[in-house]
Amino acid sequence: MRDVAVIGVGCTKFDELWDTALRQLIVDAGRKAIEDAGITGEEIDALYIGNMSAGRFVDQEHIASLISDYAGLAASFHTPATRVESACASGGVAFRQAVMAIASGLHDIVIAAGVEKMTDVLPSETTFTLATAADQEWETFFGATFPSLYAMMARRHMHDFGTTREQLAMVAVKNHKNGCKNPNAQFQKEITIQDVLESPIVADPLRLLDCSPITDGAAVTVLCSADIAKRYTDTPVYVVGSGHATDTIALHDRISLTTLYAAVFAARRAYQMAKIEPKDINVAEVHDCFTIAEILAIEDLGFVKKGEGGKATEEGLTAIGGKIPVNPSGGLKAAGHPVGATGIKQIVEIVYQLREEANGRQVKGAEIGLAHNVGGSGGSAVIHILKR
Amino acid sequence: MKIGIVGYGVYIPHYRIKVEEIARVWGKNPEAIKDGLLIEEKAVPGPDEDTITISVEAARYAVARAGIDPTEIGAIYVGSESHPYSVKPSATTVAEAIGATPALTAADYEFACKAGTAAIQTCMGLVGAKLVKYGVAIGADVSQGAPGDELEYTTAAGGAAYIIGAGDSLIANFEGFFSFTTDTPDFWRRDGQPYPRHGGRFTGKPAYFKHTISAAKGLMEKLGTTPKDYNYIVLHQPNGKFPIRAASELGFNMDQIKTGLLCPKIGNTYSGSSLIGFANVLDKAKPGEKILLVSFGSGAGSDAFSVVVDDSIDQKRNKAPLVSHFLNPCVYIDYAIYAKYKQKFKVATLP
Amino acid sequence: MAAAARFWRKIPQRYNLIGTKCSACNKVYFPPRYICPVCRRAGKIEEFKLDGKGELVTYAVIYIAPRGFESQAPYIIGIVELDGGARVTTQIVDCDPKDVEIGMPVKAVFRKVNEDGESGVIYYGYKFTPMR
Ligand SMILES: [Zn+2]
Repeated sequence: MRDVAVIGVGCTKFDELWDTALRQLIVDAGRKAIEDAGITGEEIDALYIGNMSAGRFVDQEHIASLISDYAGLAASFHTPATRVESACASGGVAFRQAVMAIASGLHDIVIAAGVEKMTDVLPSETTFTLATAADQEWETFFGATFPSLYAMMARRHMHDFGTTREQLAMVAVKNHKNGCKNPNAQFQKEITIQDVLESPIVADPLRLLDCSPITDGAAVTVLCSADIAKRYTDTPVYVVGSGHATDTIALHDRISLTTLYAAVFAARRAYQMAKIEPKDINVAEVHDCFTIAEILAIEDLGFVKKGEGGKATEEGLTAIGGKIPVNPSGGLKAAGHPVGATGIKQIVEIVYQLREEANGRQVKGAEIGLAHNVGGSGGSAVIHILKR
Repeated sequence: MKIGIVGYGVYIPHYRIKVEEIARVWGKNPEAIKDGLLIEEKAVPGPDEDTITISVEAARYAVARAGIDPTEIGAIYVGSESHPYSVKPSATTVAEAIGATPALTAADYEFACKAGTAAIQTCMGLVGAKLVKYGVAIGADVSQGAPGDELEYTTAAGGAAYIIGAGDSLIANFEGFFSFTTDTPDFWRRDGQPYPRHGGRFTGKPAYFKHTISAAKGLMEKLGTTPKDYNYIVLHQPNGKFPIRAASELGFNMDQIKTGLLCPKIGNTYSGSSLIGFANVLDKAKPGEKILLVSFGSGAGSDAFSVVVDDSIDQKRNKAPLVSHFLNPCVYIDYAIYAKYKQKFKVATLP
Repeated sequence: MAAAARFWRKIPQRYNLIGTKCSACNKVYFPPRYICPVCRRAGKIEEFKLDGKGELVTYAVIYIAPRGFESQAPYIIGIVELDGGARVTTQIVDCDPKDVEIGMPVKAVFRKVNEDGESGVIYYGYKFTPMR
């Protein structure tokens, strides 16, 4: 198996991008990544594109072809392109496909991208589509919403471990603070615990400011075989661990409501491959689609003991400058959550951190970073460990 | 061969609205309405309840009380004037939900407030002719009164299911029935209309009183009985006043009337009305006691039944919730929540 | 608009909580499974009717409701544990949110769950209420 490196990254602004279509979003991010890597289109062996639901969001399927086409690759080079779907983990899983394609020796230079255009349908349609990541027949049919699934995890976490409503809010407060330093973030505005606690209830105990927003955006990474990385950049970032796992699609079928075992197993596999332990991680981007999700994430990743995520957040462990800074980009909460793009954006942020290019939000001396990307309410999870 | 009731079940929704609250909205004097209609409050269905859900709940309790294998049910008839579908039977959903499918016949009945007793008569015929072992007759409604109409104080939701059979393990048996039917347009709802129309005072003497009294008298004449032979009388209850007046005219006293009179507390449950009152009597009656049951449906007709309580009542009674279970505790709602639950306004959807 | 068949084929589960049980390991599955995750091909899946009595494991109160549920908001959604450990996601009805608590005993009732628009099929199924 060959080692793999990331040699270029690019990202659009994450926002409600009313004047930009899906095909333009991905081209904008792709141009930045390719320029960052210093490669030409001709050198690209394949594309893997994470996207949850272009079919529902923009009525367009077959977007692998569309993207290869609008990237200017299809007509000239007939580059193979594959769309990857794993709900909100689509980006992370697309990245893993690219890693495997290179590691196997099949390809040398591969693009791993993610894109989601979420504002071309009405918000009710967007939320309906997001809920299709849950079990349509046995969860959403009965009136469960996506926030309500995480709200049920939050309720149980509060019940079992004494996690407080304020501790949940602290996740949002921290991530908004980090987002202020990320020029691509959707929200660059600090909020207070009070703001979170006074925001409208979405699914009690979760409120509006516990939830990640609806976002348009794209993110692109360029990967290559590690042995040729130095040809393109002085600062390659190596993919040292990759773990992927599934769990039951319905929350009610899980053996625990406060542990996402997909994340636990994906993490175990990634740590094993990287031959490191949780304490070796210097910076992490985790899937905080809701505030409770970040608390579960830092526990599932082994940064803190199960049940201590709320307390750890309160004590500043996960703040920039803390023992294990989490979501310096602002996370999904502040940076925005264009679902298919999120997993790639996490890699982009970790690459910036490891290249020490994360101006204003840099985690000092970060050498090993982790990206944690979850699909649905935890039916899938994919974790990557990167090292400079 | 005695034909009678092998099981019965009722269902009344959890929510109530008081006369005072409705009167407040329309600027009416609640005391005058309470005195005039002899009603204090009515049962309101939750936002997810309709005639089918009420029928299923009542029928499940009836099966539990009867202790029978539901696949032995050969017929189901659901009587209602508020079937959720214009075309597609309520009875098939009920049959499926109680595990009676597929070897049975099923249909929906409509005869304003007496479709449930018409269903009982059909089941009596099928059982008596030995065409089916058990028949299920249901009367249930989520009745509609136009906002501001006098009907709004009484139109309620609820239902009762009766399993009709023959043999020895009867809760009660029918001595006979007598029906009185004419074409009298006292109350109606045209297809596609959300609310019924009624003839005001015309609903009284030429409709309710003429039919209930004639049916009751016809039955007593046929059987050679008098009011003194009955421990209880249960009439259809469009309000609290009408059944008391009709029963008095027939020569019954308040002791015979009161047990079956639930309208003051739950309102007029239409097809469920006389059948829920009847269930409340069965909840309390002793073997050997005799009940006169008289339904009324606008349009118009009455079915009168003479019923004798049998020995099995004591062992079956507590196998399902009694009517009193549904009377307490309940939740009182204001007119705004009532209007929301009854979908009297269009609710905003997300953009 | 959905084809009616999508709802119709699940009537046994939605009306009567007909699940499955693996007679090799005795685990109860609801919704029904076609293969036992414990025994896999060595398992033996049989029909099993759940009795509809259970306990609330967790819940949320939904204020922003999805399509078709708007007129019910705020409403309670919960996870209920039934016989043999099978769990369902379900609405908890006839109950004020302030009276709900984890561990509360509940029982299944038959309710209207949703409908396919104003002219489409009405979807009935289970919800749960506090045991009274
Ligand atoms: Zn098994």
